[in-house]
Amino acid sequence: MIKQPIYLDYSATTPVDPRVAEKMIPYLTEKFGNPASRSHEFGWEAERAVEEAREQVAALVGADPKEIIWTSGATESNNLAIKGAAHFYKSKGKHLVTVMTEHKAVLDTMRHLESEGYEVTYLMPESNGLVDMEKFKAALRPDTLLASVMLVNNEIGVIQDVAALGEVCRARGVLFHVDAAQATGKVTIDLAKLKVDLMSFSAHKTYGPKGIGALYVQRKPRVRLEAQMHGGGHERGLRSGTLATHQIVGMGEAFRVAREEMAVENERVRTLRDRLYQGLSQIEETHVNGDMEQRVPHNLNISFNFVEGESLIMAIRELAVSSGSACTSASLEPSYVLRALGRSDELAHSSIRFTIGRFTTEEEIDFAIDLLKAKIGRLREMSPLWDMFKEGVDLNTVKWAAH
Amino acid sequence: MSYSTKVLDHYENPRNVGTFGKDDEGVATGMVGAPACGDVMKLQIKVNKDGVIEDAKFKTYGCGSAIASSSLVTEWVKGKTLDEALSIKNTQIAEELALPPVKIHCSVLAEDAIKAAVADYKAKHGAMVETAACKGSDCSN
Repeated sequence: MIKQPIYLDYSATTPVDPRVAEKMIPYLTEKFGNPASRSHEFGWEAERAVEEAREQVAALVGADPKEIIWTSGATESNNLAIKGAAHFYKSKGKHLVTVMTEHKAVLDTMRHLESEGYEVTYLMPESNGLVDMEKFKAALRPDTLLASVMLVNNEIGVIQDVAALGEVCRARGVLFHVDAAQATGKVTIDLAKLKVDLMSFSAHKTYGPKGIGALYVQRKPRVRLEAQMHGGGHERGLRSGTLATHQIVGMGEAFRVAREEMAVENERVRTLRDRLYQGLSQIEETHVNGDMEQRVPHNLNISFNFVEGESLIMAIRELAVSSGSACTSASLEPSYVLRALGRSDELAHSSIRFTIGRFTTEEEIDFAIDLLKAKIGRLREMSPLWDMFKEGVDLNTVKWAAH
Repeated sequence: MSYSTKVLDHYENPRNVGTFGKDDEGVATGMVGAPACGDVMKLQIKVNKDGVIEDAKFKTYGCGSAIASSSLVTEWVKGKTLDEALSIKNTQIAEELALPPVKIHCSVLAEDAIKAAVADYKAKHGAMVETAACKGSDCSN
């Protein structure tokens, strides 16, 4: 018997790897010192742990440890990077560029900057979710100070070509920020080569604890930021606040494990994802959202036409997955990411995001396939849209009543 | 989100799912909602010679609350005259199913489905049509 519900929502968060949890615990109890305490062994011990973790995080992404700043998570990193750079370099320009499919932590930060008088261009991606290089170039202006593009999309898992985007930015004197929250342990990141000035990281998407993240701030050429959190001047004045040693140790260990195991793990996960894809594509009228090649191995975002997402989620309570339908909100708006791809509202409403991870098994995938086949059949039996489709009615020609 | 036991019951065991035969006597259909809004309800009523709804069927594309609302409505309209069916209010549906505020629109849609089905019946049978189900063609969201 498989333990239920089956967790297939690894892009929402991951469990802390037991090896990570084990390494964290002593830093809550015996080794509890404040890493900023310079006058005794408790502080020195904590500081050593923090610096070791900084090296582990830097090692996974090809950075110098001095370029890593601890934050509370990728949301804070995105805020610090974008607002910090916009404020510091405001004499240079007032224009920023981002993409409509970015995480809310980027989009909302951009909106906030607009209220301060900055101008923001929100690029529409291609229908496969990827940014077109020519459109990106065309969006850059002489007064553009920063562009922000995520490495891996949280909903559809597509991988943007940040290497090429970075080259364009560097050549045009535009700072380049990359939200890599979903990317660590999934794609190889080498900041020594990438023309990226700022990169945001999160621990809990990579089997580390929640509440800890990091921001890469490039040293050569040096990128400067205006601090958003003021206080004791921790993290070279960029982010004040006592460091959460146990969380930091956890992030370091999680990233160490990711670095050592990602090659093997990604192949295993990809096999499971492809198995899921094969199984689900036997169901009629299924559509994958986002490019299938430029994609992380653990993500499958798929729309089941003529079935409403929330009722599907309800039907598959044995599975913990995410829906592209935000129908729980009063607005009834489907995922803004899928809409930006030009997906019809119906398909956006009918989408499910499966994200597979370290602890997913083949049995769980097979169970999921069988369950979905049965439940989608049942819901389609109940769906007037399915009937109309089967009768050959083009739903786009139907005059629907507003409500 | 969490659902009330009544919503779950109707969702797990929906009453009267289906479609009447195209040539069945006294059948009228109301279809409301829009795919772009995330819910479409099709309610069919079968009216006997005395003007009483003797059977009802539904098909719904929508969330669990929308399915439950339409399932409930098929039970409630049975045995009612057209005018009695028209007196069913969305607030009664919402109360019966304990719908949260974000799901009230599901009960509104179910009420609209009744109105649309009755209007269709009256249109087919030459009676005065007093209730227009829904106006406009685009999703207002």
